[in-house]
Amino acid sequence: MGILFLFMPKTISTYINTKTNAAPLAVFRIGFGLMMLLSIVRFWSYGWIETLYINPKFHFSYYGLDWVKPLGNYTYIIFVVCGLSALCVALGLKYRIAIITFFLSFTYIELMDKTTYLNHYYFISLLSFLMCFLPANAYYSLDNLIKKKEYNQIPKWTIDSIKLLLGIVYVYAGLAKINSDWLFKAQPLKIWLPSKYDLPFIGETLMQQHWFHVAMSWSGMLYDLCIPFLLLYRKTRWVAFALVVFFHVFTRVLFPIGMFPYIMIVSALIFFDANIHERIISVFRTLFKNIKTTRTKLKTQVYHYKRQNLILPVLTVFFTIQLLLPFRYVLYPGELFWKEEGYRFSWRVMLIEKTGYAEFKVVNGKTKTSFLVNNSDFLTPLQQKEMSTQPDFILEYAHYLGQHFESQGHENLEIYVDSYVALNGRRSQRFIDPDVDLLKQKESFKPKNWILPLKDEIKGL
Amino acid sequence: MLKKIVFILSIVSVIVACSSSDDSNGGSNDNFDRTALLTNYADNIIVPALVNFQSKMSDMETAKSDFINDINQTNLNILSDAWLEAYKAWQHVEIFNIGIAETLSADENSGFVVFFNRYPVTVSDIEAGAASGNYDLNAISYYDAQGFPALDFLIHGVADSDTTPLDKFTTNPNFEGYANYITDVIAQMRTIINTVVSDWQGSYRDSFINNTSSSATGSFNKMVNDFIYYYEKGLRANKIGIPAGNFSVDPLPEKVEAYYKNDVSKELALLGLETIEKVFNGQAIVGSGASSQSFASYLDYLENSQLRDDINAQFLATKQQIQSLNNSFSQQVMEDNTQMTQAYDLLQGAVVLLKVDMASAFNVSIDFTDSDGD
Repeated sequence: MGILFLFMPKTISTYINTKTNAAPLAVFRIGFGLMMLLSIVRFWSYGWIETLYINPKFHFSYYGLDWVKPLGNYTYIIFVVCGLSALCVALGLKYRIAIITFFLSFTYIELMDKTTYLNHYYFISLLSFLMCFLPANAYYSLDNLIKKKEYNQIPKWTIDSIKLLLGIVYVYAGLAKINSDWLFKAQPLKIWLPSKYDLPFIGETLMQQHWFHVAMSWSGMLYDLCIPFLLLYRKTRWVAFALVVFFHVFTRVLFPIGMFPYIMIVSALIFFDANIHERIISVFRTLFKNIKTTRTKLKTQVYHYKRQNLILPVLTVFFTIQLLLPFRYVLYPGELFWKEEGYRFSWRVMLIEKTGYAEFKVVNGKTKTSFLVNNSDFLTPLQQKEMSTQPDFILEYAHYLGQHFESQGHENLEIYVDSYVALNGRRSQRFIDPDVDLLKQKESFKPKNWILPLKDEIKGL
Repeated sequence: MLKKIVFILSIVSVIVACSSSDDSNGGSNDNFDRTALLTNYADNIIVPALVNFQSKMSDMETAKSDFINDINQTNLNILSDAWLEAYKAWQHVEIFNIGIAETLSADENSGFVVFFNRYPVTVSDIEAGAASGNYDLNAISYYDAQGFPALDFLIHGVADSDTTPLDKFTTNPNFEGYANYITDVIAQMRTIINTVVSDWQGSYRDSFINNTSSSATGSFNKMVNDFIYYYEKGLRANKIGIPAGNFSVDPLPEKVEAYYKNDVSKELALLGLETIEKVFNGQAIVGSGASSQSFASYLDYLENSQLRDDINAQFLATKQQIQSLNNSFSQQVMEDNTQMTQAYDLLQGAVVLLKVDMASAFNVSIDFTDSDGD
């Protein structure tokens, strides 16, 4: 936990054994659980389980995880499990089982189809994984009532680990914005903001101004880089929190980003001192004071990990991976934003606007007869949109088409794609080598040499 | 704590206040005038084309009545001419699957088009319908047994065991059934177009031009989607690509538009392309007086005139290639299909320009799906 150690003045072992008030983690657990429950209910109520996971004939899988698929109508059960476990997390009821169940079910949902990949879903998976190791039910939980004891002190590092994860998300998102498209061309905000012309007051004015696009880009970058530090520092904390609220509400107004802004706002509360969280909990206590539990006096103790020497190395590895993974793109030649090799799982948020077109040609290698594929016969509009701009989708889809037409009795199959992509306001250019038989290419972590290079340069991290 | 909350609220309100006051000193409001664009589309392009089509439909119905009252080859020829005039006028309106038009059928992508131009026609459904009198033109299974393609067969095609097209209405054992069928098909088409025109002339015109929302249901967004859908499907695939065999192992000459009349498929395709060009550039299709406020002028506004020029150049090259083809595309496919596939390739070139470059410049999502972004 390299960076974590920067925060602490004393030696490692004293830091590890430092205790702190358990209230912030309890409030975080409640907020997280409720937000997740709300997210699941919202997702379901919009009919997205059906449109995204049940209706499509074909699902795009992550490399090596093609066994993770929607389960037809049983998919709803996964969402039920996920929602109920989120509720149990909020209540602190059988917390350990609940959070592990939540982590597994939520992650399974996210892995079912990479068409729906979003950085904030990835964030939820990581955070819930981390929370499996934290004593978030130590204080103000139903588990306290069951076990008839509560812990008002927990190791300080448990709360710091959440701050660290949040810090990584923000700082890496900020680092990714240090590139010439974002800072100097104000792309893709320059495409997105003017199309919000129908917002009241600012739509026809600010949103149309070039200087405003540039200002938004720079302030977005600075915000991401600075906000974790401003939240850590007591004197700037309230201002920082105000910025968090403003920034996320503003992005919520501008973009269809669902629950993410609210999740980040609630998460940022973790940076506050325990007395704030005690007040929040006392509000809960007044709200629920009518529910008279058998008011047996809870024994108050200090929380001690039974297997801290096992958990700490696991989390150290976890955070080391988090710090390194976003930089894996340096192993791939060519422009990251164009080829998207090593793009996901790296907190690259809102950086690219891509529009693509991919038409597949099925060729009989012997007779040289061919025909074109109508993508809407196989893919939903959202899948087509994602597929047309991302090489790994194009390859996976080509292999799916290969299997489909082979099963229909076509022989000597070769599949080629005629594809064009426009990136961040540039004119479109050919994306995939049209002379490469995609069926001969295999998915792997190696660079895909059949992606044509971007005829332009984007400087930066 | 209360102080801090007040402090936060005041910061937020200052930021919001600054954001909205700065610009009023900024001078000109340089936002593109969508209302002007939509007004041009509605008043100068869409409604005149629909009204023109409606009157051609009315002429066709008159010709049909004359024919039914006095069944002979001369009257059938007059009906054929009226059919062609109406079919040509249809090429100018198929693209406008918007407003009430898109709600009229069970096919949400095709909307009112299913009642006019789904081809190839399924002749066996017409023959069975004429024999039994049992058919429902509103049923999905009859979408490909009505409209212009069905009339094409009824006027120009030869039914099973007949020798001439006219036999359907004279010597064929089901001659009454065929007369009823042709009457019902035209009645259906007239009902639909009357519904569409009266909606535009009623309340829809105003709600169309006033819906300047940037959302997927905004009129501009829908126009872009309809435009690209018609270009890609109605024009590129249906008229050229499918008969040329681009989507099948072998060419399919029997899938051309107006297969039974046969020598008009080029004329109809060129009219479809003309519609595309005029809508893109904001010119009146029928009559005159358009303001040129259009997709093209929006590209100019976005400082992307190069793209506008490239798109128009691609349209021109496509038009020249199509003009060089046989009047009958099925003949062209059978005699020299490479000319057809070349026309397809030229059409395809503009698909990329429209669906990728133009849609991206407009920041309009094609086939919008409701889901979260990052």
